[in-house]
Amino acid sequence: MNISGEGSVTKVDSTKVVGRFRLGPRSTKGQRILIPILFLIVPLALLLVFTYLPVVNMVGYSFLKWDGFSKNREFVGLANYVEIFTRPELFRVFGVSIYYFVGSFVQMALALYFATILTFKIRGKNFFKGTLFFPYMINGVAIGFIFLYFFKPEGVLDILMNAVGLGEYTQLWLGNRDIINFSLAFVSVWRYMGLNFVLFLGAIQSIPSEIYEASDLDGAGRWQQFRYIILPSILPILGLSFILAIKGALSVFEIPYIMTGGANGSATFVIQTVDMAFKFQKVGLASAMAVVLLVIILVVTWVQRLIFKEEGTV
Amino acid sequence: MKSLKFLVVLMIVAMLAVACGGAAEPAAAPVAPAPAATEVPAAVAPAAEAPAGSDISGEITVLTNRTDLVDTTFVEYAKKFNEKYPNVKVNFEAMTDYTGEVKIRMNTEDYGDVLLIPDEVNITQLPDFFAPLGTVDELGQKYNFVTEKALQGQVYGLPVTGNANGVLYNKAVFEAAGITELPNTPEAFLAALQLVKDKTDAIPYYTNYAAGWPLQWQSYLGSVSCDPDASNKMVQMDAPFAPGTPNYIIYKLMYDMVAQGLNETDPSTTDWESSKQMFADGEIATLPLGSWAIVQMEEKAADPSVVGYMPFPSNVDGKVCATAGGDYKIAINKNTESPEAARAWLDWFLDESNFAYDQGGIPPLKDGEYPPQLASFAELGVELVSANPAPAGEEGWFNQIDTEAEIGLNTPNLGQRIIDAARGNTDETFDDIMNDLNAKWTEARAGVVNQ
Repeated sequence: MNISGEGSVTKVDSTKVVGRFRLGPRSTKGQRILIPILFLIVPLALLLVFTYLPVVNMVGYSFLKWDGFSKNREFVGLANYVEIFTRPELFRVFGVSIYYFVGSFVQMALALYFATILTFKIRGKNFFKGTLFFPYMINGVAIGFIFLYFFKPEGVLDILMNAVGLGEYTQLWLGNRDIINFSLAFVSVWRYMGLNFVLFLGAIQSIPSEIYEASDLDGAGRWQQFRYIILPSILPILGLSFILAIKGALSVFEIPYIMTGGANGSATFVIQTVDMAFKFQKVGLASAMAVVLLVIILVVTWVQRLIFKEEGTV
Repeated sequence: MKSLKFLVVLMIVAMLAVACGGAAEPAAAPVAPAPAATEVPAAVAPAAEAPAGSDISGEITVLTNRTDLVDTTFVEYAKKFNEKYPNVKVNFEAMTDYTGEVKIRMNTEDYGDVLLIPDEVNITQLPDFFAPLGTVDELGQKYNFVTEKALQGQVYGLPVTGNANGVLYNKAVFEAAGITELPNTPEAFLAALQLVKDKTDAIPYYTNYAAGWPLQWQSYLGSVSCDPDASNKMVQMDAPFAPGTPNYIIYKLMYDMVAQGLNETDPSTTDWESSKQMFADGEIATLPLGSWAIVQMEEKAADPSVVGYMPFPSNVDGKVCATAGGDYKIAINKNTESPEAARAWLDWFLDESNFAYDQGGIPPLKDGEYPPQLASFAELGVELVSANPAPAGEEGWFNQIDTEAEIGLNTPNLGQRIIDAARGNTDETFDDIMNDLNAKWTEARAGVVNQ
């Protein structure tokens, strides 16, 4: 290519490197392979270093009896795994996960409800969308502290109930062992509903609007539109949310740990694992517990994929 | 193309923001990992006297848990230190979760030059991580509590300050409740708290259940038993929690206070930081904490004289005791590159900084000055009991049995379990818990003693 300017002529020859340093292949095909690789190097490196490497280490630790820092580590084979399955109190904490699991159904129902309503023309749609999603963006620790004040005796919830005239029904929301898990599951639902809501909203909005118009012409009501148009189209997202809900319920940690440290019957399996590692210096046993949890979640996910495959939607 | 440019600019701005934010953290001297030499370094000799102060040079990193003091008081200390040792540069690294972070760093060689020994390090592991500072005989003449982090005659850590274990009480509240004499039995203490509940609006006993660590009462063992060998005896017993034992008395008081409703409405929502202000303002009557807390309460009180400190309400034939022990112990990283500089700082901090006095604690020096906060103990004729080290061959057994049995004498778990039972959230009775502890202790003990 020649560029004629004020008497200067620059000739660029693509086959010679003249004063220009060229990295890598020059053909577009080569670049099409190289550029994705270059982009992937960073996330893959992070994944390797911060996820896979620690998991491999952890599996290794699960065969040891070790306190986390001492120079001698004792190899004990499968003794940790045997201990997990012979000590009932280590598995009993899964009972607490049931509260969160049920909570996640409530969460999905609410998210679905809001997503459906806010698909159609409503006044202040964007404001509601923003408000519903906002809790998910707040840091988990901040949420924990906010709700500690919320659930305190004479705290925000009690004040609200008094103002509305329900004063005599106030409880020790975190002090009463029977309802502490309900309170904590409520916080979890409050926090994560926004995410489900946004996922469902995206899925629902991908349904072309002609279908709605057609169904309106056929005289379908809102409920019928929901049941026959929306629901079938978002079944894959529902399936995914369900899998995430189970995984979330099994490995719930942040909310109860911040708010109660797992005390008063609110301990979950992961909290127990963390305590085992850091309070009782049993890193080997804790690693084995983590591996057991991983296997349980993998099994659950695999079972669900089988079920959903049968329905031909995943 | 325009949106791509915008995106790139946004990313650059974001990265700059992160980079600048990172610079605000306290700069730590990059301590290069020590060369892979495997010999144990010789004991780090104490620094020579003042005239040779400028001979010692180097750069050291001091790890501390005092995030509240690191930018203020510690900087002052560094300045004074540099007057004596001008060629030593001192950098501080403060961590909120001190033991958690340091424990993990101890897997490498990079855990500062001078640091505080985390409690979880078992005594037998001390030589693996810390440089020996001198013999027990030699240092024992100059310092208090040298045996707490000593193994086979060598001392690995010296206490930065000492604590007496007792109970904080608000003098104004006690007066308003009509308590004239400080109780010295658990029953008298319960009666006094009942008076507080009946006659004042204050919470008689604030559990701080949510924070958890204020429920770690095992350190009252010396106070109740008046026996410096109490912990060592526990290692020899199969049922150290049986009725009549000091442990039984200690935890029974916690149980009874909550069972009789002498605590706050909902232990699950307590807050440590606000409890300090509540105590200072007279909304809480008693807080069982170590003497290190006295200074913190006085700072919050409009009238500091209202903060009182009494020994644990228990006596042995009329003799009232209080456990005295070292707080955190300061030690030198075995892998440090500047052993003389590190030793200079350690010696200066213990001997000349007055840290212990300012914190209202027992001085590390045997001839050090006791702060006014502990004067009340002297007046009451309280005998300070400091625990004897374990006999040779049994070092670290107590902690081993405790963690093996998962009792958690140094964790909040036991206290929380007792309070849950006391407030009726579980079906256990106090004796159920004690029997369970005895059973677990017996089993774990068999494993540790016969190893």
